[in-house]
Order: sequence, then structure tokens, then C-alpha cells
Amino acid sequence: MKFLKFLLVGVFFGIVLVKSEAVSWFRIYEMFRFQSFHMYGIIGTAIASGVLFLQISKKGILKSSKGADIFVPKKDNGFIRYIVGGTIFGFGWALIGACPGPMYILLGTGVWSMIIVISAAILGTFIYGILKNKLPH
Amino acid sequence: MDTILNPWPWYISGPLIAIVMALLLYFGKTFGMSSNLRTLCAIGGAGKFADFFRFNWKDQLWNLTVVVGAVLGGFIATHYLSNDTITDLNPTTTQELQGMGFDNPGATLVPNEMYSLDALTTPKGLLLLIIGGLLVGFGTRYAGGCTSGHAITGLSSLQKPSLIAVIGFFIGGLIMTNFILPLIF
Repeated sequence: MKFLKFLLVGVFFGIVLVKSEAVSWFRIYEMFRFQSFHMYGIIGTAIASGVLFLQISKKGILKSSKGADIFVPKKDNGFIRYIVGGTIFGFGWALIGACPGPMYILLGTGVWSMIIVISAAILGTFIYGILKNKLPH
Repeated sequence: MDTILNPWPWYISGPLIAIVMALLLYFGKTFGMSSNLRTLCAIGGAGKFADFFRFNWKDQLWNLTVVVGAVLGGFIATHYLSNDTITDLNPTTTQELQGMGFDNPGATLVPNEMYSLDALTTPKGLLLLIIGGLLVGFGTRYAGGCTSGHAITGLSSLQKPSLIAVIGFFIGGLIMTNFILPLIF
């Protein structure tokens, strides 16, 4: 039962990303060609709503289910890891048209070849883990 | 009913994605889908090879549950909440893609030219999916997050590292789509 709420959040997430077409390879292509506002509208309104939510919760009006303050962990400071890692991620995102959330969702829509992409992504993460200490961060 | 069965507009979809982030924060967790790749490595025994994978992955089972839900959500959305509308792409996009050899752009969620079983049997098709997956998996961990962790959660909480990462996402994406994809197709 403890996990039921997370399962339902996932179901909701999957439905929203399919219905918004954010899982569409073609929408990602269109976005990176600046030929449609659709994806920018989704990401923009998601961030705007997110900012609003976090600003309200900062005022202490909203608490977590356990009564604690809403807390977003701080990312470590740095530059190289974010710009280089981000760029590598961007290459992959635009090539396969899916980031880690949509990969799983697309599998659910019946794109079986996503299993290969997911396996390769797990391997990519493994390679990072091995090389981590040798990479500039 | 058509309102649900047709694709949802961006101004509805964006706030709904923010609700996913808000719900997870409300439950005391953080929205970040790529962390699951690290968890899967740890479950598979990657801790034997690198410290990075030596952590208590049982603490991350909630996030894998979100993944299972997302797969189910994808199934439910396509089988019960969709009609056969095709993605309403910019006509210029459609024309461009047809020129590159993609049939019926927008009729499916992903191009058959890359994802169909036929495409998988060609070395090029298989290689593209593997390279794409490797880049996403490596890049997201190096950058410490993906679209959900950096673009949505990180930017919503006004964090500078996330802004740098998202700029990176776009540098990579723009180069791939505008300069590399035309060479591949």
C-alpha cells in the first residue's frame, strides 16, 4: 500500500506525457527545428506552475504529507559536468526522441524496441559510474 | 469525451506535469526519472565495479514504482484514452521529414524508420538506438539529471546548475537535429 501512491503518480505521469505528445519523436524534432511552439509551451508552463508551487510552499502554506517543509535538494555547484553532460544528453535526446521518462512510457505504448534504448541507457550510466573519478566535474 | 481522446493542448499538459513534481515533493520525494538508471545498475551488481553504485537501492524502490506506473500509464493512454488523430506537426516539419525518407511523420509516436522491427534488423537501425541510449544514459548521469530533474524540478526551484544543464541539453539537441540527423537520414 505504501507504494500505491507512487504507482498512481507514475500512471498519471505516463498518461499526461502521451496525451501531450511530449513522448513523440516528431515533436522533439520539431522543437529543435524551432518549427512549433508546442513543446516550449509544455516545458514553459510546467516550469511556471512549478515556480508558483514552490514559492507558495516556501511561505509555509503547504507542507509535505508528513508535515515537513516542502524540500528540493540543491544540486552541487559546478559548470563542466552540467554543460558537457547536458550536451551529451542533448545529442541522445534529439537522436532517439526520448529522455528517461518517455523511454519507459513509450515501452508501455507498445514500442518494444525501446528495450534496446533503455538497456543502452543503463549501460551508459554504468560507464559513467566507472569513469566518474577520471572526469572533470 | 473528444476533449480527452484528442491530444491535450500545451497549456493543460505543462501544469499537469508540474503536478507530478508537486505530488512527489508532497510525498517527501524528488521528481527525477534518470536516477532509476543508476538504481537498476546497482540492483544488477554494478557496485562490484564502482563506488558510485554502492548505495542502498532499496531506498529507491518508490522511484522504480513510478517507472512501473509510467509504463502502465503509457499503455492506458494509448489503448483507452486516444483516438487515431495524428500529431498535428508544422507542415514544414512534415515536408522536411518526408524529404529525409520518413513516411507519414506524426502518424505514430516514434518513426518506424528507427523503431520498427524491420529497422532493428539493419545494423544502422540497431546502432542508432544503442548509441542514442548510451548518450542519454551517460550524459544524464554526468549532468546529474534529465528533463524531469533539471528542466522541471531544477528550473522550478531556480537552481543555476540546472540552467547550465538545460542549456547543454539544447546545445546537444540543436546540433543533433540540425546538423547530424540530416547526415544520418
